Amino acid sequence: MSEASTLKLTRAFVTPEGVDLRLQLADASQRAGAFLVDAAIMVGVLIVASILIGLIGVGALAAAGLKGAEVIAVLWLLGFFLLRNFYFVGFELSAAAATPGKRAMGIRVAARDGGRLRPGAIFARNAMRELEIFIPISMLFAPAGVEGGGVEGWMYLLGITWAGVFVLFPLFNKDRLRAGDLIGGTWVVRAPKRKLMRDMADEGAERLRRYAFTQEQIDAYGAKELHVLEDVLRERDRKTMRAVADRIAGKVGWTRLAEEDDYDFLSAYYAALRKRLEARLLMGVRRRDKHDTAR
Amino acid sequence: MINVKVDGRLKSQRFRQEREADWKRLERLMEKVEKGSMASLSEEEILAAPVLYRSALSSLSVARATSLDRGMIDYLEMLCARAYFFVYGSRETLRSQLGAFFAGGWPAAVRGLWRETLVSVGLMVIGALVGAWLFGQDAEWYYAFMPREMTGGRDPAATTEMLRSTLDGAKSGSGLSMFATFLFTHNAQVALLAFALGFALCVPTAMLVTYNGVMLGVFFALFASRGLGVEAGGWLAIHGVTEIFAVCLAGAAGLKIGWTVAFPGERSRLDAAAAAGRHAATVMGGVVVMLFFAGLLEGFGRQLIVWTPARYGVAALTALIWGLYFYAPRRRASA
Repeated sequence: MSEASTLKLTRAFVTPEGVDLRLQLADASQRAGAFLVDAAIMVGVLIVASILIGLIGVGALAAAGLKGAEVIAVLWLLGFFLLRNFYFVGFELSAAAATPGKRAMGIRVAARDGGRLRPGAIFARNAMRELEIFIPISMLFAPAGVEGGGVEGWMYLLGITWAGVFVLFPLFNKDRLRAGDLIGGTWVVRAPKRKLMRDMADEGAERLRRYAFTQEQIDAYGAKELHVLEDVLRERDRKTMRAVADRIAGKVGWTRLAEEDDYDFLSAYYAALRKRLEARLLMGVRRRDKHDTAR
Repeated sequence: MINVKVDGRLKSQRFRQEREADWKRLERLMEKVEKGSMASLSEEEILAAPVLYRSALSSLSVARATSLDRGMIDYLEMLCARAYFFVYGSRETLRSQLGAFFAGGWPAAVRGLWRETLVSVGLMVIGALVGAWLFGQDAEWYYAFMPREMTGGRDPAATTEMLRSTLDGAKSGSGLSMFATFLFTHNAQVALLAFALGFALCVPTAMLVTYNGVMLGVFFALFASRGLGVEAGGWLAIHGVTEIFAVCLAGAAGLKIGWTVAFPGERSRLDAAAAAGRHAATVMGGVVVMLFFAGLLEGFGRQLIVWTPARYGVAALTALIWGLYFYAPRRRASA
């Protein structure tokens, strides 16, 4: 995701402790991906369960006659009803507030006002799915009527338009709200499980002893360049490191020795630059990039 | 363990190293919570979580102000957000939530919708009157409103004897539970639809409720025209009191949403819609329960109780129970 689109989906979210968590809303592709995963799971469960219940039903019919088959039919009807209406509600009521699809995409449901996610809100947001998904689907797959092909065609068109309006609804508001989110007072935010990445200064600080950069040499760059350098070090691609090392050495006027390792040099420079920038940050000066002349 | 003497390490590096263990502990706790439930946490862990959350939050503010370790800040933001949802999220168990719902939340929500309920009932009554009047004009109207698969032979072409026989219970008990389940799932689906359609500014919901009234009207008028009005009334009322009231409530919930979306009043449209949605959804949760009972009454009660006065008795009893449950005054504490 580009930086601009990330910013567009970032929302200020101040906790009662007064810290802005800068929540990021899930984008359209994540929402669609999550839904497709959930839909696949629902269809899969439905098919497998139907086959199983069908087989058991045949067995029950043979063993206990109509009575046996009836129990099985009741099970199927209830199961279908629960799956259709309570798959989403059930999973979103859990502590993770996400269906398996949402979990796979690293997103979850949250109350828009920052308060508790109430069962009523979850029920409301998912009851609207009836309108958004199931109605258009049942319209499209309804058995074609015997009379009047023209009417059927119009119904088909209506169904597609209807579905289109609701499917594209999130794209036409800045908070990516589905009609159900609107009614439920919820939104879907990113909450991926993120591991704590290695601190790139760990290695740099050790190597720094071998490099004596002068103040001017360190002052050549700002925070933006620091983060680019951090990415380069994480990737540790030989060619890129060589190019970046040459570039930095040229800019700051550092004479490089032939046996000097690119990684050592870059990581030492990273540590030096971060130390310097953080020292100034402590004094309230944030230098954004190399063009920033903040003093 | 922590080396306090000044060494080559950066300040932000030491900051991170000293707190990392606590963050990792919070992360493990969150993973446990998100996988299982509250019950999987020990008492000690439940007490520790808010403390760890607040310390992570304070680490985040400090890190934002003093550190350029982007990996750490990103990590802390996500960790704090996850912990926030836990610490300020719902801590009630499903059971206590259900308890509160039936004890006060649901009746209170239904009472709060009294205006919409009146409108919804009114629409249903108007629909029924119109249906009956149209049937009086020309019996052919019956076919315009009743879907063929629903009539099951109960149409103007049938003889009075045939009509009378359809009002009797089933001869044997087989197939009843499936019939009840089918009725429940079908009706609940229609009710949910009536609710969801309210989003389109009330109109489709109002139409759906009125249409249900018209079907009721023509159906009753058909039986009344053959002198079977009392029997048909019993046949309908035994489950209809519950079912029709549930449909009216579903309509009321839909109307509430549509009305709020159209006329949000003082609040912003989004806030008003969200508040109305939660309120209406609480009613809807209960409507599904009501329809479940209606399905049982329709599938079993109606087929097994065939004596018309008994049918009316059951209907009156259900009306009394629902009326008291929803509208009887209660002490403030439970409201």
